[in-house]
Amino acid sequence: MSQTVLNCGYVPLVDCAPLVIAKELGFAAEQGLALNLVRQPSWSALRDMLALGHLDAAQMLSPMPVAMSIGLGGLPARVDTLMVLSVNGTVFGVSNEVAADIGDVPFGDANALLSALRARKGAKLRVGVPFHYSMHRLLLSYWASTAPDLQMTEITVPPPRMAHAVADGFVDAFWVGEPWGSVAVGQNVAQLMMTGKDVWQFAPEKVLAARRDWVEGHEDAAARLMRAVFKASAWLDARKNTPLAVEILARSEHLSMSPDLIDPALSGDIVTKHNNAPAPVGRFLQFHKHAATFPWRSQAAWIASQLGADAAGVEKAKACFRADLYRRNLAGIGADMPGASEKEEGALHFETAVASSRGHMSLAPDAFFNGRTFDFSAK
Amino acid sequence: MNQNLRILVVEPDPERVRAIIDALRDAGWSDVKALAQMSALDRTVKEFAPDIVLIDLANPDRDTLEHIFDATETSKRAVALFVDQTDDALTQAALSAGVSAYVVDGLKMARIKSVLETAIARFKIMRQMQSELDAAKQALEDRKTIDRAKGILMRQRGLSEDDAYTLLRKTAMNQNRKVIDVAHALVTAAELLS
Repeated sequence: MSQTVLNCGYVPLVDCAPLVIAKELGFAAEQGLALNLVRQPSWSALRDMLALGHLDAAQMLSPMPVAMSIGLGGLPARVDTLMVLSVNGTVFGVSNEVAADIGDVPFGDANALLSALRARKGAKLRVGVPFHYSMHRLLLSYWASTAPDLQMTEITVPPPRMAHAVADGFVDAFWVGEPWGSVAVGQNVAQLMMTGKDVWQFAPEKVLAARRDWVEGHEDAAARLMRAVFKASAWLDARKNTPLAVEILARSEHLSMSPDLIDPALSGDIVTKHNNAPAPVGRFLQFHKHAATFPWRSQAAWIASQLGADAAGVEKAKACFRADLYRRNLAGIGADMPGASEKEEGALHFETAVASSRGHMSLAPDAFFNGRTFDFSAK
Repeated sequence: MNQNLRILVVEPDPERVRAIIDALRDAGWSDVKALAQMSALDRTVKEFAPDIVLIDLANPDRDTLEHIFDATETSKRAVALFVDQTDDALTQAALSAGVSAYVVDGLKMARIKSVLETAIARFKIMRQMQSELDAAKQALEDRKTIDRAKGILMRQRGLSEDDAYTLLRKTAMNQNRKVIDVAHALVTAAELLS
């Protein structure tokens, strides 16, 4: 059988795992796809290559398709989110100097950390983020905006240079995806203070994106890609598969780094301080369980509202998270479907059973650190 | 072609930087600065105020550069040229998308002048078209606001359309403001009061 060749862009981070596993363990081949993973040097370059048609699909930061659909950030193109590739998985860390200034703050306490940083004397806190249209930056802004007196600037730093930027004193803190937080700790230049989920417990981090015109012209290929990635994400969720996943990601053609640096994100055992023992962080990075791959339209709406979109922009954003395609393409392979495509973001404080196509499914907590909820259903 | 362009080369490899600067000098561009350290990018862009930034597409600092550009006024924004090995069709597509220009062919030093000149010229045309489009859109928006302000005056004060416009213009002149600014203020006030 002849295979359909798909060029899929990605940035080598731990959460590109669903794409790498789909290729390496044959989930793509099973769907008749020759998945060609094309590494990209920056998010801007990846976005341009996708928009200009050099890539068929790509791993993107979840705010990127939303920003593009409301006309922000570089190329105005119709790019859709086919499904979510990963939930959570980012860390916030501070330089050793700042850590010494603020004293003991319990790991993962977003409120205590904010108070400690506000009380800290000195210059503006310079925080490194990987990209302006990233969940990292949105969570940082959302969290920091509750303390308007906190003096802070955002500086874009490519993740592989984050540890170096801290060591050089170019940034005082960072919000970055793994393995780059662990790298900074390993080099003893920073301490991790909390994870992304301490600000929003269920934040869509990376998404599988494609141009809308490509999806319309290649419905079948898009469906097969989604199925392959869905199966890869289910495989990744099984704890027994973690060692093999770490080994595959570490290979030179993918992340090309020591397995020790990849393991924390996938196992959830995070070292927050140099020479400390790893501490388990529940739901640190999620690929599959609790409908993690479902592109909730309300997630897109939250992103759009944080980007300052008006009501029309929020609607455009919702339309680019393709819950419709997800339902159509994945129902046939046993994916359980939530009863609705929107939820009240921030309303769940515990695992909660909700109606689904197979009866009921369990959703993970999605509360915000300050308890706010966001209802974007049409009023 | 303006030969006094300020060019910033972002490139960590000193050998390459030397070769690029030499090629640019030979081509008649002497106001060239090279930057290896990302940490100085923001300050350098502000202080040196380059017309052109030349950066390898494979360089991850591109995201940093884009963020700095986003925070800069469009009229003062440098043209970013990304050096790449891909085909000319991509450059064309990128330019018609109106955002960034890709300089194809790697950076063959012998061709640097013609490649840069072509890319800059194309980019200028695209930018010209974009600013004309923006100006047209703005004019249309202004027109709508002034019409709404006129409507408010006609309803509230029982004026004719001409008189409403004359009043707007007179107020603007008296206050040394633009008609559109007065119209904006009126529309906003009316929204607050309604």
